[in-house]
Amino acid sequence: MDFDLSEEQRLLKESIDGLLKTSYDFEQRKKYSAEKGGWSKAVWDKLAEQGLLGLPFAEADGGFGAGAVETMLVMQAFGRALVLEPYLPTVVIAGGFLRHGGSDAQKAAHIPGIIDGSKTFAFAQLEKNSRYDLNDVSTTAKKKGDGWVIDGEKFVVLNGEAADTLVVTARTKGGQTDRDGIGVFLVPREAQGVTVKGYPTQDGMRAADITFTGVEVGADAAIGDPANGLPLIERVVDEARTALCAEAVGLMDEALKITVEYIKTRKQFGVPIGSFQALQHRAADMFVFTEQARSMALLATMASDFDDARERAASVAAAKVQIGKSSKFVGQQSVQLHGGIGVTMEAAIGHYFKRLSIIENTLGDTEYHQRRVSEAGGII
Amino acid sequence: MDLSLTPEELAFRDEVRAFFRDNVPPSVKRKLEENRHTTKEEMVEWSRILNKKGWAVPHWPVELGGTGWDAVRQYIFLEELQATPAPPMLPFGVNMVGPVIYTFGNEAQKKHYLPRIANLDDWWCQGFSEPGSGSDLASLKTKAERKGDKYIVNGQKTWTTLGQHADWIFCLVRTDPAAKKQEGISFLLIDMKSKGITIRPIVTIDGGREVNEVFFDDVEVPAENLVGQENKGWDYAKFLLGNERTNIARVGMSKERLRRLRQLASETLSGGRPIAEDANFRAKLAAVEVELKALELTQMRVVANEGKHGKGKPDPASSVLKIKGSEIQQTLTELMLEVAGPFATPYDVHGDDGSNEAMDWIAQIAPTYFNYRKVSIYGGSNEIQRNIISKAVLGL
Repeated sequence: MDFDLSEEQRLLKESIDGLLKTSYDFEQRKKYSAEKGGWSKAVWDKLAEQGLLGLPFAEADGGFGAGAVETMLVMQAFGRALVLEPYLPTVVIAGGFLRHGGSDAQKAAHIPGIIDGSKTFAFAQLEKNSRYDLNDVSTTAKKKGDGWVIDGEKFVVLNGEAADTLVVTARTKGGQTDRDGIGVFLVPREAQGVTVKGYPTQDGMRAADITFTGVEVGADAAIGDPANGLPLIERVVDEARTALCAEAVGLMDEALKITVEYIKTRKQFGVPIGSFQALQHRAADMFVFTEQARSMALLATMASDFDDARERAASVAAAKVQIGKSSKFVGQQSVQLHGGIGVTMEAAIGHYFKRLSIIENTLGDTEYHQRRVSEAGGII
Repeated sequence: MDLSLTPEELAFRDEVRAFFRDNVPPSVKRKLEENRHTTKEEMVEWSRILNKKGWAVPHWPVELGGTGWDAVRQYIFLEELQATPAPPMLPFGVNMVGPVIYTFGNEAQKKHYLPRIANLDDWWCQGFSEPGSGSDLASLKTKAERKGDKYIVNGQKTWTTLGQHADWIFCLVRTDPAAKKQEGISFLLIDMKSKGITIRPIVTIDGGREVNEVFFDDVEVPAENLVGQENKGWDYAKFLLGNERTNIARVGMSKERLRRLRQLASETLSGGRPIAEDANFRAKLAAVEVELKALELTQMRVVANEGKHGKGKPDPASSVLKIKGSEIQQTLTELMLEVAGPFATPYDVHGDDGSNEAMDWIAQIAPTYFNYRKVSIYGGSNEIQRNIISKAVLGL
């Protein structure tokens, strides 16, 4: 049992914090959000310079061979600073598919562009009726010669407009919810037949609805087994959920910090409102929720090394439940303790609240994961 | 970072688990599973089994009978003890007055009292709270006046847990009425057989006799029963209360209760199907499981931190353990009550002729639910814990 960071991990954390301190205050973030694609290419290049985009990749592929703890540290720091850049879809998700399912040729073709910051990715998975079920896929990929033809619609694809390459889940055979017959395909965003409709999101990023009409890709577009890709998808999505849990902990840490600072300085009735016990106890409860969330984010992070796939999935599901509940409490109460200013665009706190709320509904909400915990036979 | 136990720690866990499995008397185990009260004789018998094994006071210094286990092993031991379940060690001697005596007491006190605590030759109870002094403990009024080589004690203590069995009581008493409230308090050891002590039960809402009032009417206490220095008792009390919060999370116990809840829910029908299959119930069960898992991890973080960086000042996260630990214990009693449904209603399930033994399992469900409202009140109420967090952690 050891929860301490190694020396390298501690230095990593310091270097990310250092970078974000100089280039990611609230005003700077506002500007980045307004840039094309909804994030800053200049910041992305800095992340590449510091090696953060190459962290999880094997040294043989040009990366640093770092593990889940390093990703957690990055995501927590990104949460604290409300970072907009597409680390999750590019490094965690597309990177995850390449690392766990990619052929040598696919790794060689795509990983260097991720690491040097020249290419970003998006994950085109959600469909009109799939909600949170990863096995619910209507988009089709039909064999044509050596390659594939993709048809279907995907929704709320984060970074969908700016991405160079889309990672698309599509059905190669079977019915809409069959576990078999789902493949994962790399599709250039600019391929013939890809239509991208972009829009801003509630939490200051940009996403897109994407239509695929007779999109032709080569045999080398399929990652892993196109007839049985669901286990790979589940694994990578669990890593993405784990990363979101870590980001949420960073968001909660900062939301609590900002709120405590606010109630220490805001005066009413001639005293700081933080001197009132009703507010102190609310803040104490926010701390309790945040610590419980931190514990479960750690569990999800370390679960990536568990041998037992069921236990791994149940741990991530349980973590997402705790994160969802904690996010809701900490997010709502930090706005409440700010009073009126908390519901304005000009104060930072509302933006933390919004990102926390959207994370809860990303890749499975609290109810959904609570059911998964039950179906797994519990977590205790 | 690493969540797992080392091979040596796993072997230790197996050894502890096997010992509890083989040595807790089955009738006592069943009583604990059903939340029935163990008798004094059963508690004493169990303490002696542990003492014979050398495990009665694991966290004490080795030269006084401790085991020398590190924080992780101490944690594993208590987890396994609760999960078996085995009777908890009587905390008043082992966790409370024992450490005060070996930290602040004199040689004669150490020599006399400590071995008797380890073997449960003396049953101790706690004389801290008073009718007017609950969360504001330092306002206590029970006074001790020095007369020659004796103190004369007058006043009243309350919430004295299992005081009806006690041979000794450790008390906070006011020895300097003129001093600031924290500075006039002393820590006194008092023989419960002393003339002038009256004990009266307080019946709790579950109908149980767990707590008592203790009255002191010109009770003579030898001056040698003072621990440490006169008027320094508040320091010793703070030390004691800090220790009280160790293992307050009761994760092992809640795990055991959860297993039992699952079992009862799978045996109890509603609408022709086990309650365990009901979607609403499953959601509630999953919710409390996640809370408990998170608490277990939080506790492991506290233990690992203590193991690595030494005990130092109390970890404010222990207030999280108290708040969440008590809430989870209470939620589990609520869910038990829900499963028992209408059969939780009879006050004495055995019937007037005492024949209805098949209903034993259900008998303690409502009383436990009622009784467990205490867990968010004792040991520093959850509101006090929130005060601690807001001051010590958040700086409010």
